[in-house]
Amino acid sequence: METFLGIDYPTLWYLVVGLLFSGYAILEGFDYGAGAWHLFLRKDLSRRIAINAIGPIWDANQVWLIIGGGALFAGFPVMYATMLSAMYIPFMLFLMLLVLRSAAIKFRSAEEMLWWRKTWDIIYFASNTLIAFLLGVVLGNVLQGFDIGPGFTYEGGIFFSFLNPYAIMVGFTTLSLFMTQGAIFLLLKTEGRLYARITFLLKKGMIFFIISFSITSLYTLIFIPGVTDNFKETPEFFILPILAFLAVANVPRLVSKKKYLYALIFSSLTMAFLLMLVAFQLYPVLLPSTIHPEHSVTIYNAASSQKSLGIMLTIVLIGSPLLAGYFIFLYKTFYGKVKLDDTSY
Amino acid sequence: MDTEILARIQFAFTIAFHYIYPPLSIGIGLIMVIMEGLYLKTGNKAYEILTRFWLKIFAITFGIGVATGIIMEFEFGTNWAVYSKYVGDIFGSALAAEGLFAFGLESTFLGILIFGWNRVSPKVHFISTVGVFLGSMFSAVWIVVANSWQQTPAGYHIVGEGLSARAEVTDFWAMIFNPSSVDRIIHTWQGAFLAGAFLVLSVHAYYIRKGRYIEISKKAFKIALVVATIISLTQLVSGHSSADGVAKNQPAKLAAMEGHYEKSSPADLYLFGWVDNENQKVTGLSVPGGLSFLVHQDFEAPITGLNAFPKEDRPGQVNAVFQFYHIMIAIGLFLIALTLYASFLWWKGKLFDKKWLMWIFSFSVILPQIANQVGWFTAEIGRQPWIVYGHLRTSQGFSQEVSSNQIMFSLVLFAVVYSLLLVLFLYSLNKKIKHGPYDEAENPLEII
Repeated sequence: METFLGIDYPTLWYLVVGLLFSGYAILEGFDYGAGAWHLFLRKDLSRRIAINAIGPIWDANQVWLIIGGGALFAGFPVMYATMLSAMYIPFMLFLMLLVLRSAAIKFRSAEEMLWWRKTWDIIYFASNTLIAFLLGVVLGNVLQGFDIGPGFTYEGGIFFSFLNPYAIMVGFTTLSLFMTQGAIFLLLKTEGRLYARITFLLKKGMIFFIISFSITSLYTLIFIPGVTDNFKETPEFFILPILAFLAVANVPRLVSKKKYLYALIFSSLTMAFLLMLVAFQLYPVLLPSTIHPEHSVTIYNAASSQKSLGIMLTIVLIGSPLLAGYFIFLYKTFYGKVKLDDTSY
Repeated sequence: MDTEILARIQFAFTIAFHYIYPPLSIGIGLIMVIMEGLYLKTGNKAYEILTRFWLKIFAITFGIGVATGIIMEFEFGTNWAVYSKYVGDIFGSALAAEGLFAFGLESTFLGILIFGWNRVSPKVHFISTVGVFLGSMFSAVWIVVANSWQQTPAGYHIVGEGLSARAEVTDFWAMIFNPSSVDRIIHTWQGAFLAGAFLVLSVHAYYIRKGRYIEISKKAFKIALVVATIISLTQLVSGHSSADGVAKNQPAKLAAMEGHYEKSSPADLYLFGWVDNENQKVTGLSVPGGLSFLVHQDFEAPITGLNAFPKEDRPGQVNAVFQFYHIMIAIGLFLIALTLYASFLWWKGKLFDKKWLMWIFSFSVILPQIANQVGWFTAEIGRQPWIVYGHLRTSQGFSQEVSSNQIMFSLVLFAVVYSLLLVLFLYSLNKKIKHGPYDEAENPLEII
């Protein structure tokens, strides 16, 4: 098997996908999270400012979902196909909510009528909240494993089996993490009474996060088999849970000092460390089979050919500096508090 | 209904709906680049007003294109799992490249384009416009490359058997430049330019008819007319080259396009007609030997007919392929005539004198849209029964574990949400057009 820097191609691609999903979680985390506070903001102007806080960047942030999905399809087609067809209902809901969310952003402020804005506010709030929740639900299902039989065929329930207690727990944890991230982001973008209101909301968000995070972590350790196996084998990686814990603990500290940019960085790091934790404990499995471990989807049996992975790694090496450049330029252009003008939503 | 049919209906519905928007974005993008370029070059405020106006329409079109496009990306996995595993190795690099090179470019610069007027210099703004336009062109490249590989696979080998068989890349550049991709990319781009140019023509023809924004509308109309005339003419070239490729690489599709059944005989070129698939007869008006002439420059040359293929290896919906193809051709020819006539009047200095011509332009916006849709219908229905030509059948490609009830559920969801989206799109498009490029109350006289 070909390697680069001593790491085999499927593992490298696993890192690429992990990096893209982390980027997606961090960036759309504050987008969805800000939206999940929408109905908690009371005035029409506040809601408009909140939407315009993500206005110029949400389309760009969404690129991470598109590239992440593409990278999964490209590098691990078996994983992409098995997961999406097995999780048909949650993914269809997720996609539909994404469409409704885009429509809400574009059309909410296009009309003055109260009923119009109120309706879109509800759609915007609900879609953001449910998207965050569903992402967690899917992650929860992946952690528990699917009923996968020989030849990667899904043999589990098809309509509502995705809504099991553990998945719901992970769903709430994801939502709370995104809401914390979103509130911190909004604090960087707002001023005056809206700022004061969000400061108050952020505290609730952090409490929500710490409670749901603790319950889910305990449940994972007790009820999900084999989550500590990889750590027993390579104890060096115990650094990951420690880092995750430190990042989590650092967020309230920085918030209380009103250092919101650093708080955003550390809540982003929290997401990255938690995802790394998940990635490490699964590795090299992508999707555990609950029927028999030998039916599990792994990075090796799901991967594209060496040749294809090599081409894609080259594409990533060329493309990612470009993308990073675009993002730096975009975020620099729109750094600072929201100022509404004639181009705003 | 069975799962395969439902999965196909859902895919056709979602892709056809999606395909209203990206061609518009690409086409409007081109016109915006020209308008803003002229603004930078001449400093004429009229071009700035036009750019800003079309940017608003571009923003909605682009937004809906992205929203409905994400669905396409994931629908391969949800509904076409077997197919996804089969082509993942091939499509993978095209999709990864699309995301990084094309979509990354267009989506990041989109923010600057729409919200950056007051934050960046005109030059940087123009660069952003060009960036978004190029990004949307690149997007089309990768997507059409992937689709073309399904039509004319190249640069691959098949590994494994049965359900675990899949195609793997052996030669990246042969895969990218497979026999049909270049022709089809150009043909698709041109279709997109026409969609955008005719929307611009339509809106400004409407203003000219109503006597509003006349001066700037004339400018915009002329820009779009130049694009429309050049592109409708050259579309004929790429179309012909494309059809030549079909004749060589997908003879069954070509035979269906003209309803040609006999195994090997000279084939007619129909202007219009109706195919009776049962009796293998076409009723209509044709140029005898016309197809033979187009393909071989010889009216007597034999063309492979549908009967040369076993029934299970050739398209079943011959009349549908025939009709869609001929609608596209008819529209293409009409657009050539229309734009040439308008250009002739322009040369005579009488372009805006004929009110009926402005009426035709107002409504002609729908024609490139129809042509784009039926063109793809021809390409995709003509490829049947294959999902990957000659290798994987559509009936083998769908997700085996997804039930028809699940697809019914998502199909209803799509129908509801997309109807809402279409209504919103038309409503806000109409509102923006009615409102116009600038406030007439504040500027009662033309400001230029």
